[in-house]
Amino acid sequence: MKKNITITVNGTAHTAEVEPRLLLVHFIRENLKMTGTHIGCDTSSCGACTVLMNGKSIKSCTVLAVQANGKEIKTVEGLAPQGEMHPLQEGFKENHGLHCGFCTPGMLMRACELLEKNPSPTEEEIRWGISGNLCRCTGYNNIVRAIQWAGAKMRGEETPSSEPEFV
Amino acid sequence: MIPAHFTYEAPSSLDEALALLEQHGDEAKILAGGHSLLPMMKLRFAQPETLIDINGIPGLSYIKEEDGFLKIGAMTRESDLEDSSIIKSKYPIFTDASKLIADPQVRNMGTIGGNIAHGDAANDHPAVMLALRAQVEITGKESSRMVPIDEFFFGFYMTACQWNEIVTAIHIPVPSAGSGNAYHKLERKVGDYATAGAAVALAVDGSGTVTYAGIGLTNVNSTPLRAARSEEALLGKKLTDETIAQAAQYASEDCNPSADLRGDEEYKRAMVGVLVKRMIHKAAERAMD
Repeated sequence: MKKNITITVNGTAHTAEVEPRLLLVHFIRENLKMTGTHIGCDTSSCGACTVLMNGKSIKSCTVLAVQANGKEIKTVEGLAPQGEMHPLQEGFKENHGLHCGFCTPGMLMRACELLEKNPSPTEEEIRWGISGNLCRCTGYNNIVRAIQWAGAKMRGEETPSSEPEFV
Repeated sequence: MIPAHFTYEAPSSLDEALALLEQHGDEAKILAGGHSLLPMMKLRFAQPETLIDINGIPGLSYIKEEDGFLKIGAMTRESDLEDSSIIKSKYPIFTDASKLIADPQVRNMGTIGGNIAHGDAANDHPAVMLALRAQVEITGKESSRMVPIDEFFFGFYMTACQWNEIVTAIHIPVPSAGSGNAYHKLERKVGDYATAGAAVALAVDGSGTVTYAGIGLTNVNSTPLRAARSEEALLGKKLTDETIAQAAQYASEDCNPSADLRGDEEYKRAMVGVLVKRMIHKAAERAMD
């Protein structure tokens, strides 16, 4: 028995009749054709599916679409208008915070809430803060740098140098 | 992976939720944070016919001290516990536990009520509740009742909460002066269940004598386990290396860990001993503050 739901995604309300068992990540990817949000492990571990629901970062593979009824979802597509970059996106670009990019949307959305709650995180706080997001490519260091860089930009400060340190 | 078909209800009051439970019988499951239940349903280990989503019911999420108890509403999210200043200052054991539960995204959805009601000895809050001698508020159609935590867990996924009841709150006696509490779990990586976990709550009087000892163990038994002999080894005595070592020894003997990818039995027993010892020290340090 299908349920009628309305979910606002990146500012636009979408109404649909869905089976209760439809996962939020499938609603976003299949119903709305917004494939920026990825499915990695499908078992709540990797965080590639992370989106914001009413401002909180959640794993959309472990939430039903019906649970998001009446709520606001923000996905990576909603970070910045077409042609512009959110400071986090810019940070990931400047600091080589991705290789294959599969984990990146999840990292970006998680970093959104992280910086919103804690605009000046320490390195340790960032590492703990993204502990729900796995990356198989980068070794995390550039992801941490990218988030630090974005934090600085969002605080209106000078951004740290993106030049690699040679030891 | 997707769950099998089910019908979905989203009641807006506790009465409505309880009426739905009566209507659907034990084929209905309560949906709170859903981060234990939905993964099981996606793997089809659980196939309830109906999900009753209680996220829309107001008044079930709170953290307050009242009548000598810390009262936490069952729908309080782990992230709310993590951020709460009253918890951080007086009940750091919750901060210890909440930080170790899964990861930040899961903590935004997971609830303390769900963590306990799920009835999994691998969850972290049950051991904390044992150490604090908490009580669980269970609400049914006619009335609600308080169940002491020692009477709450029966077995794997089996608790004192009946098919037509809902866990609505946890009450923790406000610790006396001279109390300290701490929790730690050994995990292979962030987000893992415990290889072993120990929750310790102590009260020490002016002369250094232990007047209260609560020790709970995570994931080393079919149910969350009270290390009763360890508590007795500490109670009424001064905290010394000897009594602490004795308590740690008893805990490693009295638990029943299963060998799995996290470790064999011998290893887990050894880790229980180490964790109990460390958490007694930490709780005692916090008691001194």
